[in-house]
Amino acid sequence: MSLWKIAWRSIQQRSLASTLTAVSMALGVALVVAVLVIHGVIDKSFRRSAQGYDLIIGPKGSRLDLVLNTVYHMGRPVGTIPYRYYTELADQRFAADVETAVPICMGDSFSGFRVIGTNPDMFDKLEYLDGQKYTFQPGGRNFDWNAPFEAVVGATAARKTGMRVGDTFRPVHGETGEGEEHQPFTIVGILEPTGTPIDRAFFVNIKGFYTLHTVEAAEEKPGSGAASPGSASQNEAAAAAGSPHQADDDRKISAVLVVTQKNDYQRAMAFPRRVVEELDVQAVAPAEEIDRLFRGLVGDIQVVLLILAVLIVVVAGIGIMVSIYNSMNDRRREIAIMRALGARRSTVMAVILVESILLALGGGAIGVLLGHGLTGALAPIIAERTGVVVSPLHFQTNELILIPGLIVLASAVGYLPAVIAYRTDVAQSLIASP
Amino acid sequence: MLQLKEVKKSFKQPDGSELPILDIEEFNVGAGEQVVVVGPSGCGKTTLLHIIAGIGRPTSGKVKIDGWDITLMDEAECDQFRAQHIGYVFQTFNLLPGFTALENVLLGMTFARGGSLLRAAMDFLVRPALAFSKHNPEWDRARHLLERVGLGHRMNHKPPMLSVGEQQRVALARALANRPRLLLADEPTANVDTGNQQAIVDLLQETCREEKVALVLVTHAPEVARQFPRIVPLEEINRVLALR
Repeated sequence: MSLWKIAWRSIQQRSLASTLTAVSMALGVALVVAVLVIHGVIDKSFRRSAQGYDLIIGPKGSRLDLVLNTVYHMGRPVGTIPYRYYTELADQRFAADVETAVPICMGDSFSGFRVIGTNPDMFDKLEYLDGQKYTFQPGGRNFDWNAPFEAVVGATAARKTGMRVGDTFRPVHGETGEGEEHQPFTIVGILEPTGTPIDRAFFVNIKGFYTLHTVEAAEEKPGSGAASPGSASQNEAAAAAGSPHQADDDRKISAVLVVTQKNDYQRAMAFPRRVVEELDVQAVAPAEEIDRLFRGLVGDIQVVLLILAVLIVVVAGIGIMVSIYNSMNDRRREIAIMRALGARRSTVMAVILVESILLALGGGAIGVLLGHGLTGALAPIIAERTGVVVSPLHFQTNELILIPGLIVLASAVGYLPAVIAYRTDVAQSLIASP
Repeated sequence: MLQLKEVKKSFKQPDGSELPILDIEEFNVGAGEQVVVVGPSGCGKTTLLHIIAGIGRPTSGKVKIDGWDITLMDEAECDQFRAQHIGYVFQTFNLLPGFTALENVLLGMTFARGGSLLRAAMDFLVRPALAFSKHNPEWDRARHLLERVGLGHRMNHKPPMLSVGEQQRVALARALANRPRLLLADEPTANVDTGNQQAIVDLLQETCREEKVALVLVTHAPEVARQFPRIVPLEEINRVLALR
């Protein structure tokens, strides 16, 4: 028989106290795990969403707001920049520095999801992760340059709204869903899931996006007829507004996503500064901005949450100490019997420490399962609010520190009762209690 | 095989004075011999057994078992020696209530191997299957002993589910688990009824003969003492009692 079994029998003998102690440890560990997992997954998801392009060129203002709005579709657009900046980047002044440029227009929504005006390069040329191209679910395709009222939908948005290829939807002005309804767009493709905020948005041809406002402006004039997809008035409007190469006009965009040329390192490094100097914009590297966010505010919040969770674990550890300590009076005779049977002082001390370790690790194991269960339960809320997909099976490597951590904690809190066991006087304890 | 020479034991009283309990000039037991020490309650019989077992230390004197002077051993050595060479049957059985009869017998063997946190870690990391294994020589020996004392059908019962006589038989099996050279029995029949009393005495005598174990049994019951070939009244060897 091993010391583990002897300790386990002691735990069984005081099953109620042991269970309560293990449960308190489980709750503490569950909190630590939940904090680690949720933070880890959010961190990973945020960082992966900021991949696929090097720079966001957008209006001057808060750099973080520009990233949050453009990449994560959070908050209101920072402002707008002229459409011609996109053409300058894509085809003109900066063409030698830019591998791909994609315009982004925001301001509309549908069923709570952002509707983003862009062009087919978004899905043809950009990648959502390094080396990961966008793909469409069977039967779907990218929208066409010359079909202004075609749209593509992210996987989550399609699933939640029940939209399928061939369906139409009418974007609403504004992000709250309470604005005026626009002309309908036809869905031609649904994206495969990417695990990024792209999953939670509708993407429409930027030509159609501009046309909406042109048509609506025309409709506001007395005597004008209602427009429908493909109607004469709408097509005319699209023809008028649609060309991205149209000369200097008053069209606006929210931002341009840019993949820079990498063949000349010094030129690539100087590019953001040049853009900022020559155009009235800011150039933000999303990965850097997210890194700064996570190192700063989010990192501090995680540290505070972790400290609180660790304190709960320590309190649970003290609970183990109190539980074993309180039992020592009743166990004095048992310990004396063990000693009389030949157990050394160090052996009975080891039995108490092993008991403490078993309670901590047992409670900890339940806590890990509970923590991941809690994460799974919170996953829909996190996904709903942030678009970040959290899986209960996301195990963080830093969870492994719980094993040595709990063993050290259990040894520390088990030390006092173990010393009492160590000091038990055998002869006196055997004579004292019949 | 057991020699006590000039063994004295006294306890400190609350007023600081010494209360002498034992003063034994000489007491010897041969290998395989069965000896009964008799005396009234409170005369120091249990203290004598504690000193022989190394549970309590004499104030002075020598206690040799098979030539080993246990008074010269440090505490850990003495514990190890007790676990490996001495069996002990208590008056109140002293079975651990949370362990089955079989596990109670195994306990002594576990302690004879020695046990430390390092050993527990090794058990868990290097041979986790063995840590909870039920198939090894120790388990076989424990099963054999319980069958020998007539409890083959009660091995997995915990002490509260056993009768008083059965509990004392488990205690006897536990005392013999490590094949000791010396068995100490402290009033083993004091808490059992008359029918079981005789059964326990018979079992003690038979098993000690079979296992070639020397037996030192202390009792205040003359009907128990009469059944053993050598009876030693404690007042004859304990000078403290002679002076009272």
